[in-house]
Amino acid sequence: MTSLASGVRRIGAGTLRAISRVGFATRFFLAVLRHTPSALRRLQLTAREIYFAGVLSLVVIMVSGLFVGMVLGLQGYDVLVKYGAGDSLGIFVGLSLVRELGPVVAGLLFASRAGSAVTAEIGLMKTTEQLSAMEMMAVDPLARIVAPRFWGGVISMPLLAALFSAMGVFGAYLVGVRLIGVDNGTFWGNMQAGIDFWPDVTNGIVKSIVFGMAVSLIAVFEGYDAHPTAEGVSAATTRTVVGGSLAILALDFVLTVFMFRGLGNG
Amino acid sequence: MKRATIDLWVGIFVTMGFAAIVFLALKVGNLATLETRPSYHLDAAFDNIGGLKLRAPVKAAGVIVGRVESVRLDPKTYEAVVSLRMDNGYQFSKDTIASILTSGLLGEVYIGLEAGGDLAMIPDGGRIAKTQSAVVLEKLISQFLFDKATSGPPPAPGAPK
Repeated sequence: MTSLASGVRRIGAGTLRAISRVGFATRFFLAVLRHTPSALRRLQLTAREIYFAGVLSLVVIMVSGLFVGMVLGLQGYDVLVKYGAGDSLGIFVGLSLVRELGPVVAGLLFASRAGSAVTAEIGLMKTTEQLSAMEMMAVDPLARIVAPRFWGGVISMPLLAALFSAMGVFGAYLVGVRLIGVDNGTFWGNMQAGIDFWPDVTNGIVKSIVFGMAVSLIAVFEGYDAHPTAEGVSAATTRTVVGGSLAILALDFVLTVFMFRGLGNG
Repeated sequence: MKRATIDLWVGIFVTMGFAAIVFLALKVGNLATLETRPSYHLDAAFDNIGGLKLRAPVKAAGVIVGRVESVRLDPKTYEAVVSLRMDNGYQFSKDTIASILTSGLLGEVYIGLEAGGDLAMIPDGGRIAKTQSAVVLEKLISQFLFDKATSGPPPAPGAPK
């Protein structure tokens, strides 16, 4: 009987903890937004974070995009040619990259490449009491540390996603046109006929901005909220990658429902 | 790392990112095509538009000269009124025939324009008088089967005539 009661108590305590964490995350998000002006005023800090989040992710994003595009070209052609639609390779590759794969895969890579680094950095600052030292010197760590990292991620993410899509299209061009022999004009012509800047490309950009905000918020929050121990920092880093990836996939579904519902009917 | 080096790399990164967005807009998407050119409007009423979709092309002699902008039902005549956004560079005579066509058996549905010989051109906002509706495949097949059934069974092969 006591074990049952303690079990119920544990569930209740866990739920309360989870809900209060959501509350803290919301308060934290609002505080970061409030410190946005100071992060943008000291642009040098944000530029540094764009360097760490964006420039250093450049290689992995571009190489992944190239390979994803090449695989799409091979697999897509293989399926399409069965229905005599090998000429539609361009639109198939372009739409899947611009609408879905670009923002989502770039977001997943971004969460594991840049998000984890931000969490570990802030978590370690907390563990070594650098954050407390800053507060002691009347420097708000939210303005000096957290807000630049958040905005560095938000600015980097759409650019990375666009680069991913562009490299993917280039990879599909290499495989489809150069290797398989789809006609060059047909490839680009079909792509341009089927993809509109508005809404296809812009919706992809909106998606990547939303993913960038979600991943960056999770990364800075997990770092700020980490237990100040070695295990705490490692657990927080894991939570960033797992939570960030899940958030991207769930948000992608929600955004897709709103953006592309009934689009085929015009 | 020095401040100038970071600035340089961030600049390169941002430039590449925007170049990728421009590439997606112009080369992958079709921002550079018809939408930005000056255009005028034409209306055309059809009995049946079949599977015509918004933004379907309007072609004359196979060349795209416009896009379908909107489709609505006229509540009085029960005809489908299709609004076309035409490229300003192309004017069409008053006796132009607009018909709804399909490229290939399963291809996209588009509007084909056949220019006539009239010297007067349709003005902006004007209406194409002569139209031809979409051919509905199901109707054709049912008509064909109906004709077969009423004309009686075909003569047995090898039977004397």
